[in-house]
Amino acid sequence: MGIVEAILLTVITAATPLVLAALGELVTERAGVLNLGVEGMMIMGAVLAFAATHATGSPYLGILAGIGGGALFSLLFGFLTLTLVANQVATGLALTILGLGISGQIGEAYVGMSGTKLPQIAIPLLSDIPFVGPLLFRQDLIFYLSIALVIGVNWFLFKSRTGLKIRAIGDNHASAHALGIGVIRIRYLAVMFGGACAGLAGAQLSLVYTPQWVENMSAGRGWIALALVVFASWRPWRVLAGGYLFGAVSISQLHAQALGLGIPSQFLSALPYAATVVVLVLISHNRRTTLINTPASLGKPFVPDR
Amino acid sequence: MRIELERRPRASALYAILSPFIALVLTVIAGGIMFWLLGKDPVSALYSFFVEPLLDVWSLHEIAIKAAPLILIGVGLSVCYRSNNWNIGAEGQFIMGAIAGAIVPVVFHEWHSPLVLPLMLVFGMIGGALYAAIPAFLKANMNTNEILSSLMLVYIAQLFLDWMVRGPWRSPEAYNFPVTRDFAPEAILPEILTSGRTNLGFVFAIVAAVLVWFMMRYTLKGFEISVLGQSERAGRFAGFSSRRMIWFSLLLSGALAGLAGIAEVSGNINKLQPVISPGYGFTAIIVAFLGRLNPLGIIAAGLFLALTYVGGEAVQLTLSVSDKVTRVFQGLLLFFVLSCDTLILYKIRLVFPGRAVPAAQQGAE
Repeated sequence: MGIVEAILLTVITAATPLVLAALGELVTERAGVLNLGVEGMMIMGAVLAFAATHATGSPYLGILAGIGGGALFSLLFGFLTLTLVANQVATGLALTILGLGISGQIGEAYVGMSGTKLPQIAIPLLSDIPFVGPLLFRQDLIFYLSIALVIGVNWFLFKSRTGLKIRAIGDNHASAHALGIGVIRIRYLAVMFGGACAGLAGAQLSLVYTPQWVENMSAGRGWIALALVVFASWRPWRVLAGGYLFGAVSISQLHAQALGLGIPSQFLSALPYAATVVVLVLISHNRRTTLINTPASLGKPFVPDR
Repeated sequence: MRIELERRPRASALYAILSPFIALVLTVIAGGIMFWLLGKDPVSALYSFFVEPLLDVWSLHEIAIKAAPLILIGVGLSVCYRSNNWNIGAEGQFIMGAIAGAIVPVVFHEWHSPLVLPLMLVFGMIGGALYAAIPAFLKANMNTNEILSSLMLVYIAQLFLDWMVRGPWRSPEAYNFPVTRDFAPEAILPEILTSGRTNLGFVFAIVAAVLVWFMMRYTLKGFEISVLGQSERAGRFAGFSSRRMIWFSLLLSGALAGLAGIAEVSGNINKLQPVISPGYGFTAIIVAFLGRLNPLGIIAAGLFLALTYVGGEAVQLTLSVSDKVTRVFQGLLLFFVLSCDTLILYKIRLVFPGRAVPAAQQGAE
């Protein structure tokens, strides 16, 4: 395997959790709900996936635990913001703080343990293609899922009836409600989808990226995923592209450190965060296009009038 | 069973006062359940978490020391949140304030003068304010979401501090430990009581809270903050500029976080090291909400959250549970605070299926 292949493989591994978490948040935000708790749901997914894998020996059950844990945890956010119409920004922060706390508590027992890496699945024939095969068709289940989800979500949002409803709710929840669409119910589902995706992203961290449990191992990826949604102007394909761009940035710092360019490692580690700010500025400085792309009801509370 | 909200004709004054206390009670109950799940006796665990630290002069001082940064930061954040500017990067502003303030005792360590300490405090405030100026500029001029930019800057500040204490500022006398040189005595915030370690930082916190409370309640600026927070449009009609408010609220909260940072480093740690905060900048968000964004409430809330830090350390020793318990407590508390705040604006009704619903309501379903 050549050096280019090796680098690209690490980019894919770094990008997959970003793509997954951002994709979930995209659906949530398309329904008009701003869930800032991605980081918390992700870290819960990571710890639960690791714990379940450790208990059962099967990383696939670990993945299920990550997805389920993320979705259940997001329900807490849903209950507060949708049923009790609490402030979405503050509740999202609460979800992150709580997730970091609970995951640290659960994970205490697993610190320093070696984990189980999710096995690769080679797709017959395709995996034998030179260069492309090992990169794209000799990957783990979560990678395949991430690609399938991008395609699926894109179709679902723009081609299916429920997708239309989601977008309608996100753009104007009062009108959608007047048309008889169950705003709250669909928003609950969208929030849970976001939680499930973030949980899956977390599972990728503790089963693929670094198959072990480290406290705070999400290291701000949930927040970067939130920025990615803005970057992608709420479109699934652009989430994929943006995720790989950010994956490349975060990996480039590792390779730069390995090369030993004499730049302090802290500066290189800061690169993904700085890049996120720069990209956010570039994408949002045009007030008008931002306004057009942002779901109009995003973050606004909704109480059905009776 | 379904939960329905009915908007109150006006905000309930009763629940505005009661809701933080209901949240506290719920948190304590949830905490008891958590200790029980961990296999500890909930009553004695809660006792050593919440009560024991209050019975000891030493731990009371610890509470005051930890409450000072929480109150300082929380008061600044309350101005931000009231004006709808979501600065969640106070942790970064805290760190940058500490670094800027430490320029005096670290770089000019041979300069001995009574001016050292005041200069450090001013530098600390400037450092924090400048760091908060980045998200302020990006929001006011580049339309960039301040939540994400301020948070990203936290990670950058942490890494910057790490580099400073391992690189340029590492003490030549510290045997390769990543710390700066110890601050000279005149660079250390004096203690205010003879009975323990509480330092001047606590006084700063109380003064800042009272000043901001006065500003919010009795000045035009305070009115401007609330109006712009509740309705930017209404604020514009009154001639208030939301862009100037972005700058004002972020610079103020940045300066207070910076002051908290240098006060913590100067009064409590006495040098810089890779980690100088157990997440004060984030916990202060909880403090701000528990205090209902009211500076006087924030004093009480800051003291309570400081108690959770000290109580967390106590149960770590006595019951050998991990210090993560503190974080869980704090997260739960914010959740309960936010849910109880619903009671202020809404009546909550449980609707059971099968019960007769008035026709008018059925029609709207």
